[in-house]
Amino acid sequence: MIELRIDGIDVQVEEGSSILDAARFYGLGIPTLCHHDGFSSYGACRLCVVEIGEGDRAKLVSSCTYPAEQGMTVRTNSNWVANSRKVLVELLLATCPSSKAIQDLAAAMGVRKVRFNVEHNDCILCGLCVRMCAEQMDAKAIGFVNRGTERKITTPFDIKSDVCRTCGACMYICPVCELRCEGPDAPGDVCGSCANIPPVCLEDEDDKMCFMDPCGLCYEELGRKKD
Amino acid sequence: MKKLETSADLESLAESKSKKGNKPCIVVATGTCGIARGADEIVIALKKELKQHDLESKVDMRITGCHGFCQIEPYLTILPEEIFYVNVQPDDVKEIVLETVIGKKTIEHLLYTDPDTNKKIMKEDDVPFYRKQTRSIMSDNALLDPQSIEDYFGINGYSSLSKTLTSMTPEEVVEEVKQSGLRGRGGAGFPTGLKWGFCRKAKGDKKYVICNADEGDPGAYMDRGLLEGNPHNILEGMIIGAYAIGANEGFVYIRDEYPIAVKTIDNAIKQARQYGLLGRKILGSHFNFDITIVRGAGAFVCGEETALIASIEGRKGEPRQRPPFPAQKGLWGRPTNINNVETWANIPLIISKGAELFSKVGTEKSKGTKIFSLVGKINNTGLVEVPMGISLRELIYEIGGGIPDGKSFKAVQTGGPSGGCIPKELLDTPIDYEKLKEAGSIMGSGGMVVMDEDTCIVDVTLYFLEFLQDESCGKCLSCRDGTKRMTEIVTNITKGCGAEGDLELLEELANVVKDTSMCGLGQTAGNPVLSTLKYFRDEYEEHIKKSKCPAAVCKALIQYSIISENCTGCGACKKACPQEAISGEKKEPHVIDQDKCAKCDICFETCRVNAIEKR
Repeated sequence: MIELRIDGIDVQVEEGSSILDAARFYGLGIPTLCHHDGFSSYGACRLCVVEIGEGDRAKLVSSCTYPAEQGMTVRTNSNWVANSRKVLVELLLATCPSSKAIQDLAAAMGVRKVRFNVEHNDCILCGLCVRMCAEQMDAKAIGFVNRGTERKITTPFDIKSDVCRTCGACMYICPVCELRCEGPDAPGDVCGSCANIPPVCLEDEDDKMCFMDPCGLCYEELGRKKD
Repeated sequence: MKKLETSADLESLAESKSKKGNKPCIVVATGTCGIARGADEIVIALKKELKQHDLESKVDMRITGCHGFCQIEPYLTILPEEIFYVNVQPDDVKEIVLETVIGKKTIEHLLYTDPDTNKKIMKEDDVPFYRKQTRSIMSDNALLDPQSIEDYFGINGYSSLSKTLTSMTPEEVVEEVKQSGLRGRGGAGFPTGLKWGFCRKAKGDKKYVICNADEGDPGAYMDRGLLEGNPHNILEGMIIGAYAIGANEGFVYIRDEYPIAVKTIDNAIKQARQYGLLGRKILGSHFNFDITIVRGAGAFVCGEETALIASIEGRKGEPRQRPPFPAQKGLWGRPTNINNVETWANIPLIISKGAELFSKVGTEKSKGTKIFSLVGKINNTGLVEVPMGISLRELIYEIGGGIPDGKSFKAVQTGGPSGGCIPKELLDTPIDYEKLKEAGSIMGSGGMVVMDEDTCIVDVTLYFLEFLQDESCGKCLSCRDGTKRMTEIVTNITKGCGAEGDLELLEELANVVKDTSMCGLGQTAGNPVLSTLKYFRDEYEEHIKKSKCPAAVCKALIQYSIISENCTGCGACKKACPQEAISGEKKEPHVIDQDKCAKCDICFETCRVNAIEKR
């Protein structure tokens, strides 16, 4: 067993667990978009970043891909983490404002506006469909092509795939096209219509456990400063 | 060709090859840089000329890689007198053969002129550019033909390998490299000995070593200089490393955009195999090792070690989470050690000189020498090798010869797109992994782009952001979308559409990209923005608040006009203007029609009386 400390509590997890596995096993919520328990971890959406290490050596890592290590200290919802996640959600919203999954995350984290040019690209390249197709459906009909902003998910050579069985699993798993947000379009494309999560946090300290979802709202509502 | 079976074989071969007579020899540097300046034409002309005078058997020719001073290429040295001719043109060859090779006289006008004293300098080593360097690795480039392993034997090549195999245990080699204090020359500066130690200790049925020759920083070509100039040095380093780690297979991952380097290293591997320096039972020991070349298809991110491994495995060049580090789980899941070209090139030196002597050069935490490619607005463009700890000022002014055309220095960009811009105030910063990091940049692989007063910092930042946006693999949201949004914001600023709060947003975003990305590319992608915002915030603000580009570079923010007092009415600009935007009578001051002006800069370049103004 590996012993580590997450949000101030000492926990034990099996060898081979990721930080995300460890946190979730102990009931600590970490938001994710590209993670699914049935698939391998990929680490594309970065929403699951957590802070590890102390002092100058502290850094953010994606908890879904980073292995739990003996003696490590993890903070799943420090100021640093919460503020970084907010910017990441803002980036997601700017690309794909119509996704209910993203709008919900934005509402929960207290993101109220988008400061970037809003586009309607739909795909957020989380890669869930690619892993669904390869790992669960055993088809490998789709994959990533190109790099950088040109990156997209498609079949080889953009033509109808021989191995695709049109099972629709890729659509089922997609966090963007599965559920479209029906809320009214507010200025800046954050609807906020479901933002009814009360700003409750039990503790003041980074290293103490918060029993709520790591919403980050307490930082906003209590006017705490970014460190 | 007989395989070398013992180190005595190697020694006797080295002795026979190192015999130096007084036979004249013409050394021509034909690296990629030399060829671009016409060095291969010089070689053809020389051969023809020597044939005409029936000197082919009496005068040797040595075609080497780049020696470093690219600014004055093509250059050649005539041995044994060591006469150094610069900026040689094919027409000069006849004179060189007649006067110097046959007549033993020096041709004054082909010698290098010291810009400070205006004196002619005869020998290459006396040129100020070289005199102030510590050339422990680069100097061999001038001594050998990279296509000939025999030349390398002649300068005691592979003797470090022989020493390793005959008198050192793998642990001793790792310890020696640890003691030397050598740190990775690829950029991050991880202690090489430590890395080797991890890989040696890691459990695995098979281990690999890889040479990362996927050099891709804009303005950096140190690795190319080494690969083209002295490939056997790198191979020797790799063989020693493989012995220390316990690897039997190696790879050179080299970008295909370096065709000459690919050819050279390929040839070097074949020659080393012929002599039994690669293959089974190297030099009669029980150590087997061979190297394969893998050519990179042009993705910058494949220089990142996990992406490089994925690329060799035939997968998409995309980084993955570390840990597990390649030393634990690398190529095909086996322990793998990846080092940069320059790191490997330092290994034979450490073994032959000893760790103690090696670590005498440099600062407390950064040991040895580092090769930089000094480019941009600088008098002496080229590859320079300097001891760690030398200040940027010494490097730029004493070796680089300062800024051309009497312009003033503005900033130096180190570390490529992962690095930052260091301003005038910090010119005394010593070159050292930690000190450069403190200054907001990084050591990087060694690109050093010098900028003068005519450079717009916002424009430079935009260049690097666009580069990063194109080269990001696109896996992480933060890097893919972060670089894209930063590019958008900075583009807006250069177009005069910047708004209040843009800089704060840019800063916040750059920090998030840095903090939350997975690999080295994303984790440093914020540096160009953060370092320029730190030192040149005024310039950004001027763009946003006053809609002005102080360096007159951002096209949307400048206007071309004619200063009527200076204009002689010659009509040169009028003739040159592709937009027909300039009008005026002969010998009368001309005017530019702003509606038609496309800001192409042609009139500015054409005008000989400085009558065109950019503001």
